[in-house]
Amino acid sequence: MDRHAIMEQGLTQPLIAPALSPAARRRQLREKVIAGFITLMAFTGIAALILIIIFVAKEALALFTEPEARHEASLSKMFLAQDVAPGKPPFRWQPVSKIPKVSMIPLFVGTLKTTAVSMLVAVPLGVFGALFAAEFAPRRLRELLKPVIELLAGIPSVVLGFFALMVMSTVVKEALGFDRPLNAMVAGLGLALAIVPVIFTVSEDALTAVPRSYREASLALGATPWETAWKVVLPAAAPGILAACVLGFGRAIGETMIVLMASGNADVISWSLGDSARSLSATIAAEMGEVVVGSPHYSLLFFIGVQLFIFTFVLNLMASTWTKRVIRKLTGGAA
Amino acid sequence: MSLNPNAPRPKMEARELTLRYGTKAAIQKVSLAILDRRVTALIGPSGCGKSTFLRALNRMNDLIPGANHTGTILLDDMDIHDRSVDVVDLRRRVGMVFQKSNPFPKSIFENVAYGLRVGGMKDKAALEQRVEKSLRGAALWDEVKDRLHESALGLSGGQQQRLCIARAMAVEPQVLLMDEPASALDPIATAKIEELIHELKATYTIAIVTHNMQQAARVSDRTAFFYMGELVECGATEQIFTNPREKRTEDYVTGKFG
Amino acid sequence: MTPGTRRAVGFALTSLTGLAAFIIIAMLAIILFNVVENGAGGVTWTFLSQPPSDGMMGGGIFPAIFGTAALTLLMTVAVMPVGVLTAVYLHEYAPPHSLFARIVRVAVVNLAGVPSIVFGLFGLGFFILFVGQGMDRALGHEEMYWAQPGILWASLTLAVLTLPVVIVSTEEALRAVPMDHRTASLALGATQSQTLGRVVLPGALPGILTGAVLAISRGAGEVAPILFTGAAYFLPDLPSHLNSQFMHLGYHTYVMATQSPDVEATRPLLYSTVLVLLLLTFALNLVAVIIRTRTRRKAAGAH
Repeated sequence: MDRHAIMEQGLTQPLIAPALSPAARRRQLREKVIAGFITLMAFTGIAALILIIIFVAKEALALFTEPEARHEASLSKMFLAQDVAPGKPPFRWQPVSKIPKVSMIPLFVGTLKTTAVSMLVAVPLGVFGALFAAEFAPRRLRELLKPVIELLAGIPSVVLGFFALMVMSTVVKEALGFDRPLNAMVAGLGLALAIVPVIFTVSEDALTAVPRSYREASLALGATPWETAWKVVLPAAAPGILAACVLGFGRAIGETMIVLMASGNADVISWSLGDSARSLSATIAAEMGEVVVGSPHYSLLFFIGVQLFIFTFVLNLMASTWTKRVIRKLTGGAA
Repeated sequence: MSLNPNAPRPKMEARELTLRYGTKAAIQKVSLAILDRRVTALIGPSGCGKSTFLRALNRMNDLIPGANHTGTILLDDMDIHDRSVDVVDLRRRVGMVFQKSNPFPKSIFENVAYGLRVGGMKDKAALEQRVEKSLRGAALWDEVKDRLHESALGLSGGQQQRLCIARAMAVEPQVLLMDEPASALDPIATAKIEELIHELKATYTIAIVTHNMQQAARVSDRTAFFYMGELVECGATEQIFTNPREKRTEDYVTGKFG
Repeated sequence: MTPGTRRAVGFALTSLTGLAAFIIIAMLAIILFNVVENGAGGVTWTFLSQPPSDGMMGGGIFPAIFGTAALTLLMTVAVMPVGVLTAVYLHEYAPPHSLFARIVRVAVVNLAGVPSIVFGLFGLGFFILFVGQGMDRALGHEEMYWAQPGILWASLTLAVLTLPVVIVSTEEALRAVPMDHRTASLALGATQSQTLGRVVLPGALPGILTGAVLAISRGAGEVAPILFTGAAYFLPDLPSHLNSQFMHLGYHTYVMATQSPDVEATRPLLYSTVLVLLLLTFALNLVAVIIRTRTRRKAAGAH
């Protein structure tokens, strides 16, 4: 077949050039540059996370390298009981006294106390609230709950701290007969306000991810709605709810302003919720303003930051693994 | 294929084209010519590979992760997968109309002018002229000329599809690929589209995928029957519908399966 | 279980969960009521437009409003391009099953979980001491110019903090743009970046704006990250340079609430400050909700 003859007859439009035209080459180059730039931007998130850990750790590093800091704040001084005169507490956080005392134990205890209170309050509220919204609530009420949660989540933590300090402290003191208005209980309740939205939102997502077919199957077998919710939906969403709690826990550990304003900030070790407590995060916030850059105390505060980073990082990884698992299980199971 | 020198030359031609998604072959060793200024209908049951074949002709399959091919596709004797071919240039020469009308949420004018603008045309008068020409070409001008700057989403389904055809025509491609362009439309709108296809074949080479056998018989000059990823038979439309060579083709066009 | 107990248990469970929901709503109501009741009287034009006077016992909070606005404006300028383009990468450019994209996602999720006080430490250690000192050295400043707390460093710290908010909502917005629009554009011979600029980003704009508003609302309320990076309790002048310190509504609230010599005397001012801060963040959240529901309704109507 004589292709050339045919082509000469009917051809009015130009052929595609045998090599890329300069215009096409320019266009391809431009596209590559743009794609490269966008990819570069995507690197920012990773860079930020890496820079955070590097630069927070860098300032803490002096604790392990500088002789003065190593003497003043050794790991044993931070984490082990100190020999003190009888009757004096072996764990103290007083980094600016004449002989600096740098035990982290009171800070751990303080953090755990406030966090425990907040979890005890926020987990039932958040999870049950989410269960109500996802399973039982009439449509209207459910549509009211969502913006309420969003508004609650939108309240700046300094406002929650303020509310705990000005209002809740008095109420709690009178109701429970505590000696002092600012204590672990008040801080914990304030923290609960901050983490209820987290627990609620993530739990509700997990509950609504449970396929309708699960519910229908259960109801068709004669189960009542609450039996379905309790025995079918809740177990199916359990990893997601666990993730919600872990996320809330991480938020509570890292939350600063509420504890700083409402806990009293004394470095006492006691298990009474009526006593003042000093958390890791609040310690950084309260003391960083007055330290000399490069001093052992300064490095210590950054070291606390490193610990906070690590705790929350691990908790977040756990939570996201569980969330993924519940989604995979439910979407895989539904297909 | 025809060796008669008076027959229209092939505008596009696939040679031994095999297309896979991952490892699963969607079409197998298809060799098919799309003749210049003719309407070629691609028919066959769902999943037979006809849409995949159509999308290969302007490399829309490049967008699907894992898609790969062997064999060649020629446009005017030039391999469209050659490194010297820019896919943007290719798509300006081989336009496409989709099954679901997909106008942009922009004005009617901006929809039609879109391809021209991204191609670098800035002159307002020239744009207006081309938009009008395309809308007239798509038999839509009289219906929309008074509301060119209103949203295209306000048009009816049939109008939207003709707008999409106008939009594809505005860049003056040589080939128009249509993927079931009337499947979502009512009979009146469908008739308008078919009429339009008749008019367009004077200037364009058209390949149309359709589910509707009557439609294929009405609009096309040549018909290719695909079955399970293979090209079973291709020939003049009349011959395919009245005197198919293959048993499978006969069964399909007479409605025994599909 | 007898039908009677079954019904009783069901009723108990429903009311228990309902009670939890009720308590959540009540908590919000109590906070709002308390703040509005005690603060509304003090929010006057003078309060909004005047600087503090009489050692914080009188006057207004204008410098704190100004500082908060300037801070969040700078933050938004910094975070939006980076956040939007990161989301664009993840949703439009990343190859499927890209390892890099997966790492970016993990990083973003974890970034969202880093405690805000750690961002403060980061701002101090990285922006002020590393970047600031480096700039001072490079630019030949004899005394500290950049290596001190200032509004630029505080806003950049907040930008890093709000980055996940912007990325997540932008990605959601991109997901809402129909795939059809992209294929139509590409089939017309548009390049990928033209498709992005002319079809995808305009389509995603409302969602991107929602993200911006949410980021602003979050950034405006955060105090811990700016404690050591630039906030000041009282300044005679408004911030005028990128290295100026600034007053801030949240920081103002914190200091007045915890370090006031006379709690009773400052209480009305304090409540009014809190009310202003709360109104600001709620207004921003409301704007975000409105944009979102509008676009969702529009998206639903278009199909």
